[in-house]
Amino acid sequence: MKYDVRQLGLISNEEIAAGIFDMKLAYGENKIPVVCGQFAHVYVPGKSLRRPISVCDARNGVLRLVYQVKGEGTRIMSQMKPGASVDVLAPLGNGFRIQSGRRYALIGGGIGVPPMLYTAAKCEDPLVITGFRDASLVILQDDFRRAGAEPLLCTDNGSVGKKGFVTGLLREKMEQVDEICACGPLPMLRAIAELCKEFGKPCQVSLEERMACGVGACLVCAVRVQKNGEELMQHVCKNGPVFNAEEVVWNG
Amino acid sequence: MADLSVQVAGVSFANPLIAASGTFGFGREYSEFYPLSRLGGISCKGITLMRRDGNPPPRIAETPSGILNAVGLQNPGVDAFIRDDLPWLKEQGTVVIANIAGNTVEEYCRMAEKLSETDVDMMEMNISCPNVKSGGVQFGTSCESVAHITRAVRAHCRKPLVVKLSPNVTDIASIAQAAEAEGADALSMINTLTGMKIDIYTRRPIIRNNTGGLSGAAVFPVAVRMVWQVSNAVKIPIIGMGGITTWEDAIEMLLAGATALQIGTVLFSDPYAPIKISEGVNRFLDENNIQSVTELTGAVKPW
Repeated sequence: MKYDVRQLGLISNEEIAAGIFDMKLAYGENKIPVVCGQFAHVYVPGKSLRRPISVCDARNGVLRLVYQVKGEGTRIMSQMKPGASVDVLAPLGNGFRIQSGRRYALIGGGIGVPPMLYTAAKCEDPLVITGFRDASLVILQDDFRRAGAEPLLCTDNGSVGKKGFVTGLLREKMEQVDEICACGPLPMLRAIAELCKEFGKPCQVSLEERMACGVGACLVCAVRVQKNGEELMQHVCKNGPVFNAEEVVWNG
Repeated sequence: MADLSVQVAGVSFANPLIAASGTFGFGREYSEFYPLSRLGGISCKGITLMRRDGNPPPRIAETPSGILNAVGLQNPGVDAFIRDDLPWLKEQGTVVIANIAGNTVEEYCRMAEKLSETDVDMMEMNISCPNVKSGGVQFGTSCESVAHITRAVRAHCRKPLVVKLSPNVTDIASIAQAAEAEGADALSMINTLTGMKIDIYTRRPIIRNNTGGLSGAAVFPVAVRMVWQVSNAVKIPIIGMGGITTWEDAIEMLLAGATALQIGTVLFSDPYAPIKISEGVNRFLDENNIQSVTELTGAVKPW
């Protein structure tokens, strides 16, 4: 069986920035290996839908989920205490495809930054660019350093790091990398996709959409893509969350 | 171990738990959780004559004890279903129900013809989808239109024909009688209740289609009431659905008059729900010395 729902012990669940929580779960060593960019589907007691959260890290037998409290479900998640048992369906989806011998730019915007940590750990000497709205929302900078990547930092208002968007930094560094992986808000991903097209560099983007089953059965989390000149609907949970940027129909 | 097997329109189900159309795709994904032979049957994702891409996202919103969805019948079309999915499904050791939807009566008839040539076990005629612009629920909301389409499709359908009813009507019992009178072999009910959810900050509906179909525990009492009303009005069997979440719900739906059950929304929080419900029903039967699950059908004792 490819899929499994497991009860994972909650190790810690701490607020690391305003409204952003860092949940660590005992994943164990003998579970299905996690590919960077995959996600976990977390059961929230009393809710009809699981919450899909991208995997921030999965090294050393710990499944780490860094998530933002956006509504009732994530609020309930944020109140889960160490020692609790968390019902998790993971890993799901197709993650970033990382090849050896290539230099990657890993770009995260806001709550799109967390999956880039595990991705950075899987890359050789990646260029990491992280962007946030302002200083109060900056996360994971030391974690990237411990994973061997010095993250470049920018904020929309310049309250810390360089003032501006991640695309500005990427444009400056584009010649240094072979391929780009990105996760963040849709306008950021669209801008990165255009920039990569301009420079002729391949680009993988991690998309988000309101989701139900998590495995490709209910067809809810649709994204319009083009393959071989034909447009069709694919699904974030099964075909993604990582897509080739040039296949995404951005106004679809 | 009690006898969990049921018969609907001459088709034998190993247990009364059927995966509900639209929540289970064509079964492949959930076969990666458990063997599909543990289910009584699968009602496949609604299929149309030609491929449909469905509605733009977002297609779902969470609501108190339920969800709203407006997928819009995304599917590869009947020919692709017959070629690519049906042969695999038929090897899974469970009853295969093809759920069909169309823009016109003619489309339903053509699909019924095509599927009658296959080894699909049953057809479920979806005249209750609230999320498509033409067809769908418009066929299911008056006795005249239900009678007309049931008669037409019956003439082309050489498999047991299940008519799936919409709850978005004033008198579901008379609609059920219209379907029965024109040759429906069974009824399945209820499809989703049309609903809406608005983001108060953007003032936009969450769902791109503006409205969607409400399902999940929130609709369960409505479904029980409607199954009970219809079971008192028709002789053909009813496949009951609408928010069944626990084995207790399953028992309740059987008592209201259902012969078999479809399980949908609960799969999204617990993919194993049909298995757990089946086991719970079996336990309940054993503990209460009931030999067969069929003894529960319609056994409610109304005041």
